Amino acid sequence: MDYDGEGPRLPTARGPLSAAVGAYLLGTGPLPLPEEVAAATAYGDDLQLALYQCYELHYRGFAGVSPALEWDPGLLGTRAALEERFLAALRAGTTVHDSVEEAVGALLVEPVHGEGVSHFLRDEGELWQLREYAAQRSLYHLKEADPHAWVLPRLWGRAKAAMAAVEFDEYGGGRADRVHARLFADLMTDLGLDTTYGAHLDAASAECLVTVNMMSLFGLHRALRGALVGHFAAVEITSSPGSRRLAEAMRRTGAGPAAERFYDEHVEADAVHEQIVRHEVIDGLLEQEPHLAADVAFGVDATGHVEDLFGARLLADWRAGRSSLRVPLPAPLDRDSGISVIS
Amino acid sequence: MPNSPSDDARPPGAARRVKVQRRGPMLVEGPVEVELEDGTTVFSDRFQVALCTCRRSRRFPWCDTSHRARTAGPGDGAAGD
Ligand code: FES
Repeated sequence: MDYDGEGPRLPTARGPLSAAVGAYLLGTGPLPLPEEVAAATAYGDDLQLALYQCYELHYRGFAGVSPALEWDPGLLGTRAALEERFLAALRAGTTVHDSVEEAVGALLVEPVHGEGVSHFLRDEGELWQLREYAAQRSLYHLKEADPHAWVLPRLWGRAKAAMAAVEFDEYGGGRADRVHARLFADLMTDLGLDTTYGAHLDAASAECLVTVNMMSLFGLHRALRGALVGHFAAVEITSSPGSRRLAEAMRRTGAGPAAERFYDEHVEADAVHEQIVRHEVIDGLLEQEPHLAADVAFGVDATGHVEDLFGARLLADWRAGRSSLRVPLPAPLDRDSGISVIS
Repeated sequence: MPNSPSDDARPPGAARRVKVQRRGPMLVEGPVEVELEDGTTVFSDRFQVALCTCRRSRRFPWCDTSHRARTAGPGDGAAGD
């Protein structure tokens, strides 16, 4: 069978589900049993990693794994069972506003005394915490905007045109050196992190996997296009002020110019994207498909729900003086030589 | 088609559309060059540019969402997309 020679390494299993999926991808074992899927914790390490492995076949795949497995019926069946558990947990865990206006409106006010992760990093974050934050966020940012691109064929008219315009901006407006994933890799270099796609998967917490899996879930299902649009809007609306705080954190800790640039760019870019997503993508979609309003509101609020879980986990670890990662980061790579240096 | 004259709804030299709203930035189709009070100019080649109208932006003349209302409650969100 043909397989990807290059590509990210398969992650280390975190339990029976992720172990079975990993073995199946390598052709060395059967898929997990339905009872095992039913017994796992929806937001737990094992189920989330198993799902992440299934989804990753739609992005870059894994070294030594056949790309044909992306559409393997057995694996898709397992993925569907994992997704059912995940989506049920998201629906149960999210308090959804009664209308899109209320869900969006709640994000358009800025707390005076915010207590989230970006506030913490701005006020007291240390370089090692910024490195951990970037390592975990790299699971998304190194494929920034990719999960959202899947919604394009499911939209039309003004929603599609506007969504494509925002995605074009995310992809650097036609310039490879401005692709946001590239800018994030540059930030990681400033922080002395390995920029290889997938390098930090083993280190990422379950809560981090939840945030990325949710995007893939919404992006890959046309039935969830309303939720994807709501999710995207929530990210764009909350990004500008959050990015400003992170840019300040990077400046205060002397992380480096590319680290500052990534968040500075997002302050401005997302102030624009927010306007377009609210007025063109959401309004355009709901004009055509008003019955999706509840899903859009769900997507907005589910984003807040999973970001809150991830943020709480990071802060709990850091306030206890612990690393938030499952495996420690290697010593920072020297920015210029790429050689490890002692920090 | 960019080169098809019949496809351009806006005849050459016609007005550029600018979107204004009561709260929030003015949206202008990019690229935009802005001349500031001191005579210096800044440039953005973004496809849409959000110009600050509230004068609170720390990245003036670009909007940085400082126009938003403030509340007493806590909160945070994702950053960077
Ligand atoms: S209008 Fe947005 S910051 Fe002034």
